[in-house]
Amino acid sequence: MITVENNNYQELTGTALKVREHIIRMSTDGGCFTGASLSAVDLIVYLYSRFLNINKDNLDDPNRDYLFLSKGHDVPALYGTFAELGLLEKERLKNHLLLNDHIYWHPNTKIPGIEFHSGSLGHLPSVAIGVAMDLKISGGTNKVVCILGDGELNEGTCWEAMLVANAYKLDNLLFVVDRNHFQANVRTEDLIPLEPLADKFEAFGAAVKRINGHSFAELDEAFGAFPFQAEKLNVIIADTVRGKGLPSIQERADRWFCNFNADEIQQLLLELHGEHQTTLTSETLVVR
Amino acid sequence: MSYEELLTQTALANEQVIVMTAENRALVRNLPGILGKRFIDTGITEQTMIGAAAGLALRGRTPVVHALAAFLTMRAFEFVRTDVGIANLPVKLSSFIPGFLSDGNGPTHQAVEDISIMRGIPNVTVFAPADEDDLVKMLPQIWESKSPAYTRINTRKTTYVHEPFTPGKAEVIAEGSDVTILTYGLLFEQALIAVEMLKSEGLSVGLINMRSLKPVDEQAILKASAQSKLVVTLEDHFLTGGLYAIVAEVLLKHRTTANVLPMALNEKWFRPALLPSVLEHEGFTGKQIAEKILGYQTTHNQPQILTPEFSE
Repeated sequence: MITVENNNYQELTGTALKVREHIIRMSTDGGCFTGASLSAVDLIVYLYSRFLNINKDNLDDPNRDYLFLSKGHDVPALYGTFAELGLLEKERLKNHLLLNDHIYWHPNTKIPGIEFHSGSLGHLPSVAIGVAMDLKISGGTNKVVCILGDGELNEGTCWEAMLVANAYKLDNLLFVVDRNHFQANVRTEDLIPLEPLADKFEAFGAAVKRINGHSFAELDEAFGAFPFQAEKLNVIIADTVRGKGLPSIQERADRWFCNFNADEIQQLLLELHGEHQTTLTSETLVVR
Repeated sequence: MSYEELLTQTALANEQVIVMTAENRALVRNLPGILGKRFIDTGITEQTMIGAAAGLALRGRTPVVHALAAFLTMRAFEFVRTDVGIANLPVKLSSFIPGFLSDGNGPTHQAVEDISIMRGIPNVTVFAPADEDDLVKMLPQIWESKSPAYTRINTRKTTYVHEPFTPGKAEVIAEGSDVTILTYGLLFEQALIAVEMLKSEGLSVGLINMRSLKPVDEQAILKASAQSKLVVTLEDHFLTGGLYAIVAEVLLKHRTTANVLPMALNEKWFRPALLPSVLEHEGFTGKQIAEKILGYQTTHNQPQILTPEFSE
């Protein structure tokens, strides 16, 4: 069950619910990475609502914060969040996979607010390092956040990036791991075990916090403390659940990517709202 | 027979075969249970997988390795070149969703330079089957060979029944005096459609399924160039380094020339969308190919193009 926390987080909970709806609606006519992106919804909604100085009016401002979505296939959660926070017109989500727009399976910079394209895993930790390095050189106080998948941590470049970020004492840089315990096809611990993950990061010199990535209170506490150690790369491991919000697909290895028919989409929307004990919004279902 | 069935049969018949993947399992779902220890999933570690494949090959194994084409050829490029190429080991690269088959993924996942970079590595052979029937006819010899090999995996079903495969030989589907289309992989399906349209416009049309891009069938290229007024190179690949470049190299080597119309991606990635939309947008449907060759619009109907199932 998703539990509504205290009043401080009602707005965030409402936004996250709508973002989950958007993800479900994009999971048809070709589909998208449904299970993968549902785990990151609360995290991404929290970051753009409460933590990052990023909004529709400051996207070109050199003093804005930076978010790099290295786990590129989480992008439905980003599209949905952008739509809810006014960075992207909601109508455009209906253009998913169509030639009249640029809304497809991985992020690209034609979508306002996306700083860099991704999809090939293990790339953006190093791009984020470059931005953080320049901020150190030129003196900016901007925060640089890079979201990584846990499966993505298989890629060697993630660990090279840890070494380099540590060497350059980049305490303006925050790696956030969407730790949903699955890679594409299998549980991480059944294939390439990552635990004890916090110990690994600490051994590379990082300051680490580990939280429940679906609790806004815990997200608030952890991000609120950033940088929680000076002169170190900061890392937050957000423990999450693949497919969060939809019990029928939650923690299922075969629901990384989903392409549902119209009836299934309707059922999932009902399931999502049943889980929240709220009613369906009046938005119409997109079916092509 | 499917790719997975052929691989299963091959691995069961030959104990030396090892199946590897960098966590791309769409085409090898049942193999962990069937092969046990001879199935190795290294996780999302393309470079380590290729290095390990070289190590296994040093011990006499034939690793058949799987990953998305973009990452197998580019993420792991130096490992392929240095560990597999220099040592000339029988590592068999099976690349998923090459070319237009990456449809809605976007440029990060587009392997449209794979032929160019793989054929640039000494010892590495390069193959591109036209469809599933062609694939299962080609792979047994590719896997039996002692050479490193790169294959663009293409499991699309067409109704065309291909001839037996000989490495280094193209499959000549038809000969023609006006135009000959040279192609490989996925676009063979559209080329067949284009050929019918061109014939009904009164042209004498040839069609060659290249199949083997390295070694390449030089005689087929030379013969088509001599016979036809126009040679078309048709590929879901950058213009740089692909079939157009191969044809140019062959013609120059033999001190001859031809009228060549290249149809390829010229200095750009393709627009991401589902496959039928990609083909239409980029101008690679059978009807668009035919009309580009003719230089005028026709009233022919483009048959429906099937959207492939997501398979990564």
